Amino acid sequence: MRTSIVSLVSGTLFGAGLAISGMMNPARVRGFLDFFGSWDPTLAFVMGGAVIIMAVAWAIQSRMRAPVCEDAFALPGTTRLDGRLIGGAVLFGIGWGLSGLCPGPAISSLAVNPLPALVFVTAMLAGMAIFRMTESRGQG
Amino acid sequence: MLAAFPQAQPLEGFIGGIMIGLAAALMLLGAGRIAGVSGLTARATGLSDSGPSRFTAALFVLGLIAGAIVVGAVSTIEATFPPSLWWLVAGGIAVGFGTRLGSGCTSGHGVCGMSRLSRRSIVATLTFIASGVATVAIVNAAGGGW
Repeated sequence: MRTSIVSLVSGTLFGAGLAISGMMNPARVRGFLDFFGSWDPTLAFVMGGAVIIMAVAWAIQSRMRAPVCEDAFALPGTTRLDGRLIGGAVLFGIGWGLSGLCPGPAISSLAVNPLPALVFVTAMLAGMAIFRMTESRGQG
Repeated sequence: MLAAFPQAQPLEGFIGGIMIGLAAALMLLGAGRIAGVSGLTARATGLSDSGPSRFTAALFVLGLIAGAIVVGAVSTIEATFPPSLWWLVAGGIAVGFGTRLGSGCTSGHGVCGMSRLSRRSIVATLTFIASGVATVAIVNAAGGGW
């Protein structure tokens, strides 16, 4: 129950941050990726602000035995660099560059620009579903 | 504010970034998990078996929408979308498949992983930025800029 409330508050704060930062504007995000054209560095300030706070959070986390609302941390432990990581990042970057959208801003945009956001989010969920199908086939 | 880049909004970006960082910190220290939007979205929609309960993941996703509604109620959220819906369809499929294959997106790798100095996340973030820069450069060269 407490974890659910943490998740809702975290998501809401995250969505508000995306809205204030300008990252819900696909043209602005695309501007960050337009490095050889009219470059817009705003995204670097967004990521910088978020990374500074999270670096402090990781320092606090290293001194905690467990999170406040759960018995244990559930964090990724993989360190291997492999083709899936690189290939996935390349593919994600292509989609990001084409649309100016990544998952967070796309979902938040459902609130203010429902039509284009819904088209993108539906396609994104289809992409995730295709991945899941290829995964289960690989294991079967 | 930045003379060389008149369209940039560094202050708004930095303030929003701090809010995103606080949101991710709350998720980490409160729930013990990475605030990765692609993973939580897949979990919430039943397209992933790992992560918190589907209910918890769904509340995060609903929060993303709620947060934008709150800001949108007191100010204008500017947005220019691609000129054709097909860009959104193609981009969406690539983002959905790619973030699952690569285990994360801008939030999970870019914010949470890079700040942890995770080698995987640093490589992933540099890769998807490079890939995005190359994509925009190619689209512009082909006359498809917007």
